[in-house]
Amino acid sequence: MGVGIEVTNLNAWYGTNHTLQDIQLHIPANHATALIGPSGCGKSTFVRCLNRMHETNPIARVTGSVRIGDIDIYQDASPVEIRRRVGMVFQRPNPFPTMSIYDNVASGLKLNGYSNKKHLDEIVERSLRNSALWDEVKDDLKKKSGASLSGGQQQRMCIARALAVDPEVLLMDEPASALDPVSTSKIEDLIFELKSQYTIVIVTHNMQQAARVAEKTGFFLNGRMVEFDSTHKIFTNPSDKRTEDYITGRFG
Amino acid sequence: MPGSLKKVIVPLSETNIPRPDVSIEMRTMEVALPEETTTSPEQTRPVEASVVRKYLLSRGNSAIADKSFKALMAICAASIFGIVVLIASELVISSQLSWHKFGLEFFYKLNVDPDTHLPTFWDPVAGTFYALPFLYGTLVSSLVALVIAVPLAVGSAIFLTEMCPKLLRGPLAFVTELLAAIPSVVYGLWAVFVLVPLLREHINPVLMSIFNSEIAVKTLGWTGLVGETGLFGGVNYGLGMLAAGVILAVMILPIISSLTREVMSAVPHSQREAALALGATRWEMIRMGVLRNARIGIVGSIILGLGRALGETMAVAMVIGNRPEISKSLLSLGHSMSAVIANEFSEASDNLYLSALIEIGLALFVVTIIVNALARFLVWMVTRGVPARVN
Repeated sequence: MGVGIEVTNLNAWYGTNHTLQDIQLHIPANHATALIGPSGCGKSTFVRCLNRMHETNPIARVTGSVRIGDIDIYQDASPVEIRRRVGMVFQRPNPFPTMSIYDNVASGLKLNGYSNKKHLDEIVERSLRNSALWDEVKDDLKKKSGASLSGGQQQRMCIARALAVDPEVLLMDEPASALDPVSTSKIEDLIFELKSQYTIVIVTHNMQQAARVAEKTGFFLNGRMVEFDSTHKIFTNPSDKRTEDYITGRFG
Repeated sequence: MPGSLKKVIVPLSETNIPRPDVSIEMRTMEVALPEETTTSPEQTRPVEASVVRKYLLSRGNSAIADKSFKALMAICAASIFGIVVLIASELVISSQLSWHKFGLEFFYKLNVDPDTHLPTFWDPVAGTFYALPFLYGTLVSSLVALVIAVPLAVGSAIFLTEMCPKLLRGPLAFVTELLAAIPSVVYGLWAVFVLVPLLREHINPVLMSIFNSEIAVKTLGWTGLVGETGLFGGVNYGLGMLAAGVILAVMILPIISSLTREVMSAVPHSQREAALALGATRWEMIRMGVLRNARIGIVGSIILGLGRALGETMAVAMVIGNRPEISKSLLSLGHSMSAVIANEFSEASDNLYLSALIEIGLALFVVTIIVNALARFLVWMVTRGVPARVN
């Protein structure tokens, strides 16, 4: 089951560029939360701060606190421990091209030395079923390379890969922006299904997508969180003028 | 021209996905639409042919130019092929004498002197020429070089691409590449004056005490690799197979390292992120996200290094000991194919001697081809069925 995320005074920099400024946010457990905003507003940086991927860039810096469940991820744990609990799906599908579909999905577990063959089989099947890919790939799990799938299938495989390690939080950084409308709607269905079991944070450029999948929506602008509220409120009656301008397409 | 603003209805839902608990009304949105153009094609085209058009029309038919260009390129390609064929045929023709005398045995016979019962492979005075020790020396010294160079090269490539601070990366890579610029005779000199004494005084005694210790003999004696008759048995000259292997390792290090580095830095960043996001440590990330994707290129770079090691002449000739013998011990003196040609070509006093040397040259040629074929086969084995597509 997912856990909630409490973000306090989060600031992030790339070099001298102050990309996130004083972010305060509570992300509820077992719900989908969407983050919207124009390009370069810091929403990707924000999700990358939630699993400490931000700091893999040597010029990046973070201050503030992020509590996931009862753990302050910048105080109480190493990045590796955090990333085992917080799964991430990237904008472009990034399967391991030299691995079979099976190995791709099992990679997170194998990485951590998990080798119970029978259990692995079960987990791979369950993850692929959860990501709605099982029926399409079950016959050539070990025959086909992960890179031989179509873009949408690859992305669902990457979701399965993230689910296989049974994360508490699933971060999705524009998971459907590189996909066609059919694959996009499959991914959205999937998020809709998964949010009962995981806390999902999804960054998206597509406002309809945010409206369709998320209960809560946050609007980012120039590194600040302008408004965070229920999706319904954000899209029908935003309290900030800038939010309204953005969702009606008057800028951005 | 800026487009005019028109009001267009944009539905918030384009798909038939069941709506979640939020229902959103349609909103209007202002969209910039391009204005229609009214210029017709006739207006833009001049009535008379322009200067450029006249010039282009005067250029005529380019068939001759195309054909002669094609022919020229074909000659270039053929000349390379021709050189290979010429070299091979010359080697075959000039080695006929030795070929007729010794046949295929030239390459594999473990020749033993009938009087002394000692192995004699190469005795120009008696007219005995068998090439096995040279084949053995070339292959073993190259193998030793690979065993030493590959871990070092891959390790340094990992450090330079994945861990090194950006500021240090350039200088370190430059220094590694500088190793490739040193002429091989200079390597030979350095080996004679520095490496060989170092091996003799410090490194070989340690290796000998480890490999020839009682415990090693007791536990690993069955492998035949330890003890007085093992890998580090016999007399410690300093010179020999190990010295040749080490100097070859230094020489092929920059090739393997720089190619491996390039292959590794070509692996997309998204692969590293994929592994990191799964909770990989740095080493696990490198193993899963980088080395796995780069392995074909790394195998290729190792093979290129092997190719250089097989053909390397001068440095090897200076330290391998130049004794045509076969011994399991890496400390013993040996000989290599290229070294014997370089050393003895000028003193080959009769036709059979010369012919035998040329046949060794032919063998070196063939060995290189076999190694390359084997390498290609290996790469094919690795790449088979795996699309090289990386997103």
